[in-house]
Amino acid sequence: MSEMLSATFITVFIATVIAQAMPLMLAAVGETIGEQAGILNLGIEGVMLIGAYTGFVVTLMTGSFWIGMLAGAIGGVVANAAMLVLNVWLGLNQIVIGLAITLIGEGITSVLYLQNYTSSPASLGAQPRMPIPGLSEIPVIGPALFRQSGIFWLMIVLILVLAFALARTSWGLSTRSAGQKPSSLDAAGGSVMRTRSTAVILSGVLVGLGGAYLALLTTATFSPHLTNGLGFIAIVITMLSRGRILIVMLTSLVYGLAVAMGPALQVIGFTVPADIIKMLPFIIVIVMLIVFARSSVVPPALGAPYTRGAR
Amino acid sequence: MTTTATSDVISLRGITKAFPGVVANDDVSLDIVPGQVHCLLGENGAGKSTLISILAGMQQPDSGTVSIGGTVVDISSPKVAVDNGIGVVHQHSTLVPAFTVLENLMLGDGGVLLDEKRATRRLEELAGLLGVEIDPHALASDLGLGQQQQVEIAKAMWKGSRLLVLDEPTSMLTPQAIEHLAESIARVKAEGLAVVLITHKLREAYAMGDCVTILRAGRNVGHISTEELATYSEQQAQDAILAAMFGEDIVAVGDEATELAGATEASRETAAIDFASRPVRLELRGASSRGAGRDVDVEDVSLTLREGEILGIAGIDGHGQNALSELVAGQRPASTGTLVFDGDDITRSGVRGRQRLGIRYVTDDRLHEGTVGSMSVAVNLVIKRIGEQPFWRSGRIQPKAVDAEAKRLIDEYGIRTPSPATRAGTLSGGNIQKILLARELTNGARLVVVNKPTYGLDLKTVHLVREILTDFAAQGGSVLLLSTDLDELIELSHRIQVISRGRLVGSVVNDGPGTAEKVGQYMTGAIEGTD
Ligand SMILES: Nc1ncnc2c1ncn2[C@@H]1O[C@H](COP(=O)(O)OP(=O)(O)OP(=O)(O)O)[C@@H](O)[C@H]1O
Ligand SMILES: [Mg+2]
Repeated sequence: MSEMLSATFITVFIATVIAQAMPLMLAAVGETIGEQAGILNLGIEGVMLIGAYTGFVVTLMTGSFWIGMLAGAIGGVVANAAMLVLNVWLGLNQIVIGLAITLIGEGITSVLYLQNYTSSPASLGAQPRMPIPGLSEIPVIGPALFRQSGIFWLMIVLILVLAFALARTSWGLSTRSAGQKPSSLDAAGGSVMRTRSTAVILSGVLVGLGGAYLALLTTATFSPHLTNGLGFIAIVITMLSRGRILIVMLTSLVYGLAVAMGPALQVIGFTVPADIIKMLPFIIVIVMLIVFARSSVVPPALGAPYTRGAR
Repeated sequence: MTTTATSDVISLRGITKAFPGVVANDDVSLDIVPGQVHCLLGENGAGKSTLISILAGMQQPDSGTVSIGGTVVDISSPKVAVDNGIGVVHQHSTLVPAFTVLENLMLGDGGVLLDEKRATRRLEELAGLLGVEIDPHALASDLGLGQQQQVEIAKAMWKGSRLLVLDEPTSMLTPQAIEHLAESIARVKAEGLAVVLITHKLREAYAMGDCVTILRAGRNVGHISTEELATYSEQQAQDAILAAMFGEDIVAVGDEATELAGATEASRETAAIDFASRPVRLELRGASSRGAGRDVDVEDVSLTLREGEILGIAGIDGHGQNALSELVAGQRPASTGTLVFDGDDITRSGVRGRQRLGIRYVTDDRLHEGTVGSMSVAVNLVIKRIGEQPFWRSGRIQPKAVDAEAKRLIDEYGIRTPSPATRAGTLSGGNIQKILLARELTNGARLVVVNKPTYGLDLKTVHLVREILTDFAAQGGSVLLLSTDLDELIELSHRIQVISRGRLVGSVVNDGPGTAEKVGQYMTGAIEGTD
């Protein structure tokens, strides 16, 4: 037992938590930005898959994880374009569009993958590491935290910048007002259309990155339905976090912990049925929902298209 | 970013705007002159707010032009209006409740980072100009209505405006807050800005306005110029305005015109009714409410309301009026105490059950709680009788019966709507209130709880509503009247109790000229106890 809890074990455990939490964190931050602007995107499961698939394919072709991530972001934006055009511009129902995006994303990526890669399932291999001199030498946490890929650090910086921007910039204030009371933004001389468009595009970038992170760094491969409900978990986390990105980060880590826990328990020697282990993250999410659902507050204008002067 | 006033006249020429079924503005022309307060008056639905929306860029006119200092300006969006220094305080608040005062004010500012320092300075500057004090870090939803209004005015003037438009700013304010507002308006005017003020109260128009324009059914039907208004006595001004406002109808209103105008000191001839001998209709014994936490709950309230009696509840808005009315209507549970209606304990019965007993509630939240904006006027008029004959038969709605009832009520209450099938949300504020009143006061009501029944209504409708309430009481109905309008309370109530921080703090029998003063004293907490 004691040898099980060795340094390597803990190192692997922490690294797993992070690897599992990151895709969810990126997707939930993306969803947060959309929701803060008043757009409930139920399509992020599909958007993640599209981001994951494009990232996977491009990384295979170019051999560069960085270019793969970029492709994932672009894939996310393209997938979100449906929401942009049909909802923000034309005012159609967000729920319908969102579900359609999920279905299309699942369908397209599965078909393409099965057509192109089943004969020779491809793995992407090891991610490029960027050990931080000094820090990465710290025993146990060093290798877990400070031997991550540069992509990880870029994502963290991106999320923190967005957290700051949402709270402290005029862009952030406009975005939040678009979800609170779009008529106020309009009356103040802002553009609800432009604000929401920006939010949807940015949301596409982040969710796409989330998908790509999952394929490239977390699993190092792609398979149909790779996300397995992660997009919907991101929606739940977004609603529970009430637009606060730091809380999104924390809850995502709790999820990562739940996922990492299963294998860890097995290693320690608990014989837990594999099914239970698979269920663990979902159980944790359900528990979080039950405990915190009462305090979940969504922006008042969430889901409502805005038309100036309409009564 | 200082307040820049120019001497440019803003001219509206031939503004026409039609909505499905109504012409809201019909060839309206008027001039708005800097350094003057231009009052805009007219019945509910006359088209005042529509005209303002056009100035604010929220609506596009079908034809007509707006020009500033002789140059035609196409106000194609609110941004153009803001850039041209047109600041508007809309009839319905545009503050974001979840934002702080500063955030609300900074919304729409350019730049990348929010500049709190600069915003705070600008707020101080404007607060000084308006003669008010505003806490920049308070949440908008935590402010009282008067303060919210001050923030809205500051917001309208944020970018240094040439024109300040106030759409019915006084309808929800206490007399003190109205006085404050009048002072602020005077200061803004002194800065050389033009002001447009919409109100239903002639007294205010006369006191604050330099000139007056009257709209009726979308048309400019009368203008009293600055010179004329200066020579008029208050009485003359009122007569002129009323004549223009109601045209022929004024005959029907007749002698009541002055009363209508709210000019006379409100009073009530109490034919000494001995209520003590009448049966008790509603009794609250030490009742406290348990709300969702967002607003003030009532605590330990005891009151008795008898048959045929109108009991007024006076108090500053937000002191538990909602809790009290919802407690009686059954929309909020009682945490302690009992409610007795016609001798039966109703503490545990639900909304529907109380409705069947004849308890009705006219909410003050017309737009959200009171009506379903996306449904027709007709359905809104019968919506509290869902499933009941003859409007529903075996679960199916009977459009003919609904329509007939709707037509009857529309006629009786003079609801101005293109047809019963029009979506309720498109009606003007005053007309939406008429829907609520018509719905609640019809069909076997025994007790009505009315919360601010006449705010935002035009003179004629105010008169109609008050008459309906008085008649209702005269026929044995009981009324619990919650209002912030002291004149209204004195005109209608037999007895007035004062609510403060969720408790009833005093009771005054409305039997003479001294009532207003006594109520006022309770409101300021000068005396305690009952007389
Ligand atoms: N967006 C809209 N859609 C449809 N009809 C509208 C719309 N805005 C206004 N109307 C109609 O135009 C007419 C004028 O409305 P408006 O709100 O300008 O009246 P108002 O004079 O401000 O009345 P009030 O004193 O009740 O506020 C009303 O009949 C109203 O139903
Ligand atoms: Mg209006």
